[in-house]
Amino acid sequence: MDPRRREVLKTGGGVLALAAAAGILRPGESLAQEWNKAAFETKSVAETVKALGGGASTESKEIQITAPDIAENGAVVPVSVDSRLARTQAIAIMIEKNPNTLSANFEIPDGTDPFVTTRVKMGETSNVYALVKADGKYYHAVKEIKVTIGGCGG
Amino acid sequence: MADPMRIRANMVGDKVEVRVLMSHEMETGLRKDASGNAIPAHFIRNVTVTHAGKTVLSAQWGTSVSRNPFLHFRFKGGRPGERVAITWLDNKGEKRTDEAVIAGG
Repeated sequence: MDPRRREVLKTGGGVLALAAAAGILRPGESLAQEWNKAAFETKSVAETVKALGGGASTESKEIQITAPDIAENGAVVPVSVDSRLARTQAIAIMIEKNPNTLSANFEIPDGTDPFVTTRVKMGETSNVYALVKADGKYYHAVKEIKVTIGGCGG
Repeated sequence: MADPMRIRANMVGDKVEVRVLMSHEMETGLRKDASGNAIPAHFIRNVTVTHAGKTVLSAQWGTSVSRNPFLHFRFKGGRPGERVAITWLDNKGEKRTDEAVIAGG
């Protein structure tokens, strides 16, 4: 038995108990969370924007996507999104030619930088979209990433 | 139960820079095994990061986030010695929470 694991479990429980006591989490629903199934089943960029609550989105130079031009391994493609739009509330990453367009959607509370990096899977060469919700409106940037070996097949 | 996350939280100026590496297969549900049977989807759907009782990042993920997901972001308001807690929840209802102490800049 790894004693550190015990400690992590204990402190983890403590934090949750504190959160419950503070009324942030009500017991029973502490970790039941919303997942936008409809958005994750969409098959196009336009559909995804709609499923995330936007009518349409405008292209913006205030959003920067940092990712390789060519990804040798489609299973692990690093993607960073940086938004300079005031009041950025959410950042989503969409991959146009994947079986499901939406990869991830991050909610950015006040005090958190409008910036996020993760790694995504790409089945083939595709446009990658960063969709930013700022002050209730939707904006996007796009970058093509060429994939040498697809990362979704089996 | 899944392996612990690897978390680094460091002060950079007045912000906390957080890097997380989670241990999860992130199976898409689209692959087949050697005998041609579909491998069921198994992936993280929700990620929540909290500091001092406040959510500093929350995310919903689909199947196309890479295996052993990586996450990097930064927030204001943290101090060295304070804790950052990260919880993920997957489509099978498995969940895991890990914590890290914010290191000085």
